[in-house]
Amino acid sequence: MSVLTNNIDLYLRAFGTTIQLFFFSAIGSLVLGTFLAMLRVSPVPVLRAAATTYVTLLRNTPLTLVFFFFLFAYPLLKILQLEPFPAAAVALTLYTSAFICEVVRSGINTVPVGQAEASRALGLTFSQMLSNVVLPQAVRSVVPPLVSTLIALLKNTTIAAGFSVAEAGSISYSLSEQGEDLLAGLAWVAVFFVVLVIPLTLLQRSLEKRWSVAR
Amino acid sequence: MTSPAQAPPMIRMAGVDKFFGPLHVLKNVELEVPKGQVVVVLGPSGSGKSTLCRTINRLEPIDSGTIEVDGQPLPSEGKQLARLRADVGMVFQSFNLFAHKSIVDNVMLAPVKVRKTSTSEARKKAMELLERVGIANQAEKFPAQLSGGQQQRVAIARALAMNPKVMLFDEPTSALDPEMVQEVLDVMTTLASEGMTMLVVTHEMGFARKAADRVIFMADGEVVEDSTPTEFFSAPKSNRAKDFLGKILTH
Repeated sequence: MSVLTNNIDLYLRAFGTTIQLFFFSAIGSLVLGTFLAMLRVSPVPVLRAAATTYVTLLRNTPLTLVFFFFLFAYPLLKILQLEPFPAAAVALTLYTSAFICEVVRSGINTVPVGQAEASRALGLTFSQMLSNVVLPQAVRSVVPPLVSTLIALLKNTTIAAGFSVAEAGSISYSLSEQGEDLLAGLAWVAVFFVVLVIPLTLLQRSLEKRWSVAR
Repeated sequence: MTSPAQAPPMIRMAGVDKFFGPLHVLKNVELEVPKGQVVVVLGPSGSGKSTLCRTINRLEPIDSGTIEVDGQPLPSEGKQLARLRADVGMVFQSFNLFAHKSIVDNVMLAPVKVRKTSTSEARKKAMELLERVGIANQAEKFPAQLSGGQQQRVAIARALAMNPKVMLFDEPTSALDPEMVQEVLDVMTTLASEGMTMLVVTHEMGFARKAADRVIFMADGEVVEDSTPTEFFSAPKSNRAKDFLGKILTH
């Protein structure tokens, strides 16, 4: 307990950064992932191929390598210099969006083809059909795997510690510098994560309950 | 009423061919439906009648021939096709109500998104239509909470909300429990008597006799007979139609 009370500032600061990193990456990957899923079901072959290539590349690469790319290789391209925090958020977003894309796409596949036919018969365009009819139903059917992907993202943020972002994963470095009990310190990190995931689980439960009638 | 010679027919199909792989599902189909006419398409299953219905708003693209709706040839996929579909109402065998939207939202969606009608106006119109098909009191429920017959009546209201020039019905009562068939047919009969141009693929002979101006009989992808209901049911010309009617009457 003394590890926690002695270093409460460190814990709060680090987890504050974790939550920020998670927040930006979660929003980013939900938006990008959904967009990619739309491309993957679009009637245009080039768009489908582009999205499929993206998903294959990002989903098959270890996250650490994506980080390495954004912190060491990307700066060499001299496009736009990124601080470690935004670079980490971009890396997490690009990586996680590939998974979100596949979850959303599997949701799209659960929507009966008649829903799309009815939309087209009423004169809705392809994008109107997706945004008003297909995607809302797709997302409703994939709430559990979607939340699981977000939970994985939350825990994946700890990789950023290896790339100069002072989030929860970096707590162990500071503790060992100060000669604190590392095992106890890490146990507290685990406890914090368990607590952080609870709201996500509750969100999943309430969404599932709310949408049980409507589909 | 204008004569068919002056106004273009509401639906015109000429030399229409359609294949599903090696299967020739529509064979050189010629069909004209003048404005205001109610045409019932009959035929054994697999005769291509549903496919015929679905080609008219290009849910099934055709392989050759031409299809015109109100004098306009069907455009290929894109905004123009969407605009044409907005004028062609369609009712499906499996209702296809939007499962995540309430009944009134189902009816309002296309007028608001496609016709850009204001929400308040679309809601007013939707409630009127729901009143007309007898479901106004269920407006806030979701499709899954309604019976099949009620869902199909909502589907008709949803199509009517776009003020279509023509209505296509693809076996609208085939997925219904027997006791719910009549309530849907009643709505369709009223619509027919109000002068709506309708093309109805169905197995309901009673509806064909009562509401149809004209009966098309299809077999093996071909239009075999094209006559009035009285003629068709009392004196079918082809053997295939006689055979078909014989089977139905024994049941």
